[in-house]
Amino acid sequence: MPAPASTSSETPASRSIATGPDALGRFGAFGGRFVPETLMDSLNQLAEAYEEAKADPEFVRELEYYWRDYVGRPSPLYRAERLSKFAGGAEIYLKREDLNHTGAHKINNAIGQVMIARRMGKKRVIAETGAGQHGVATATACALFGLSCTIYMGEEDIRRQKLNVFNMRTMGATVVPVGSGSKTLRDACNEAFRDWMGSSRETHYTIGSVVGPHPFPLIVREFQSVIGREARAQVLEKAGRLPDAVVACVGGGSNAAGIFYPFINDADVELIGAEAGGRGGKPGDHAASLTQGAPGVLHGSYSYVLQDDDGQTQDVHSISAGLDYPGVGPEHAYWKDLGRVRYESVTDAEALDAYAAVARHEGILPALESSHALAQGFKEAARLGPGKILIVNLSGRGDKDAFEVARLRGEPIH
Amino acid sequence: MNRIDALFARLKSEDRRALMPFLTAGDPDLATTAALIPELARRGADVFEIGIPYSDPVADGPVIAASFHRALVQGVRVAHVFQTLRALRAEKDATVGETPMVAMVSYSIVNKIGVDGFLDDAAAAGLDGLIVPDLPVEESTPLAEKAGRRDLKLIQLITPATPRPRAAEIARLATGFIYYVSVAGTTGERKALPEDLKENVAWLRTQTELPICIGFGIGSPSQVRELAEVADGLIVGSALIRRLADAANRARADVVKEAGDFVGDLAAALRPGP
Repeated sequence: MPAPASTSSETPASRSIATGPDALGRFGAFGGRFVPETLMDSLNQLAEAYEEAKADPEFVRELEYYWRDYVGRPSPLYRAERLSKFAGGAEIYLKREDLNHTGAHKINNAIGQVMIARRMGKKRVIAETGAGQHGVATATACALFGLSCTIYMGEEDIRRQKLNVFNMRTMGATVVPVGSGSKTLRDACNEAFRDWMGSSRETHYTIGSVVGPHPFPLIVREFQSVIGREARAQVLEKAGRLPDAVVACVGGGSNAAGIFYPFINDADVELIGAEAGGRGGKPGDHAASLTQGAPGVLHGSYSYVLQDDDGQTQDVHSISAGLDYPGVGPEHAYWKDLGRVRYESVTDAEALDAYAAVARHEGILPALESSHALAQGFKEAARLGPGKILIVNLSGRGDKDAFEVARLRGEPIH
Repeated sequence: MNRIDALFARLKSEDRRALMPFLTAGDPDLATTAALIPELARRGADVFEIGIPYSDPVADGPVIAASFHRALVQGVRVAHVFQTLRALRAEKDATVGETPMVAMVSYSIVNKIGVDGFLDDAAAAGLDGLIVPDLPVEESTPLAEKAGRRDLKLIQLITPATPRPRAAEIARLATGFIYYVSVAGTTGERKALPEDLKENVAWLRTQTELPICIGFGIGSPSQVRELAEVADGLIVGSALIRRLADAANRARADVVKEAGDFVGDLAAALRPGP
């Protein structure tokens, strides 16, 4: 039985939210700003510009215009009947972020941040990317608004996501290969920060997830919360009540924060994050910061991190380039410690199975990142049982992963 | 008296500037670091900045980032670094004896080891202060208080991107000396330094009694000589580390001598001319 309050059209975002962040950028004990002094003034300016933009009805109107007419929002909430039958339990609804322009949720944030960069008079935008979806989204927004764009991407990710690299370059972005460390997302972040150390006067750093120093976790969560606001209204309209559970994958955690946040005060809605369990539980074999890491500092914020006893960041592994990251957004750390969100890890093999199942049963090719959420969604649907409602955030489409999946299956595409 | 305070008091009375080389602990290995410190002290180094290698140093350019990586690949751990420094202090080498040493360390490391444990070990190793480049003043109060109780200085950084009211506030909270970052950017040698560098340092001097040391981008005797006009100390990092980049493939004695020669040239540039 839905509680009366849960059918209200009022979203939690319009009420006072206890989850912060506070003036220092803290979500409880997590978050903050652990960055060189060189960046502090830029972060203060960004926080100020963001607050001004948010309060400016013209900015909000323009953002909503681009989200609607350019991105194609609202994205559908689709009742996946055959998939629900396959999972054998709760009704599964898919939040179709894969249908956005550029094929993932990343564009929601990229357009918002590039619009802020433009407002601040910045001429150049830089970003890190893992799977390439945030890189493509940022390159897209820069092409749309006529700003110069540089994307840092690990060499290993360039190899496994070459389609996105080609597309970024086609849209005029410079893609800089990062050959240091593990040659993946974490190293791309390091290089983007180093660029910004010397360029922040004319350059905006568009972080792609709810990570990094304050105000980035706040800004990215706010832009991505459009996913959860829509999903909440859509499920109320289609099912007449709130869902029993919402599942999303968590790398840095932006699509998860975006869909969870508007449900955070709906105490009866279970929120479940699916991390990359990789090929096993040993350090270096997974990227499950929340379920296997401990609180620490990485890339400017205090959150759960995969570190050794000396505080050195550990290497991580995931089949999915977008989840292949040793940290996670500080608000997720806060939600975990509060017990508000449950985080589980999903293996490479489970994600690949889910990828295949969704393709066969629904004719949808999900991204490998989203396949982690789908795999966890199947488990939750079976546990919840018939008559229950589950939303899975299908955060991106899988075209980019075709080459990598084919390679793993030993049937390369020529 | 803390060795840093003692040094700058002495240099002031002699009208001299401090030369502060940066070394990565454990690059190419800790034995070489242990050999470099006394040799560089003999060749004119007044203070050492000892970089504790970190896996994700976003404030560092390619030379120091690669140096940290080499040290970590060697298996260098924080406990080994402290052991090496403690042994150097225990040797009572006449030159190293009272030479101040400050650690440059990421807050990731301090946090993971634990603030109290890290500071106890740092003090026991004979360190005199800490530079924590990813801990801005807003986050530094707890560490500053605990360091102060152990007579360890928490050295704060001020940069060209720091607005003046903020710089004045940082100067008020700093202890030991102020690390003035010459350029907005990462560590690494620069041919030209900002035109307003001297003016900014001169302004900063009106805000603080603490010694002001300039670092980032400084790599040549001529730069050291020029900045000696306004600074109390000059920090040279990447230019020295670059000379150690292939040290693993050479005889240790040659590496130490070459680094000593370079530091000797820098020190000569600081000596009052005729």
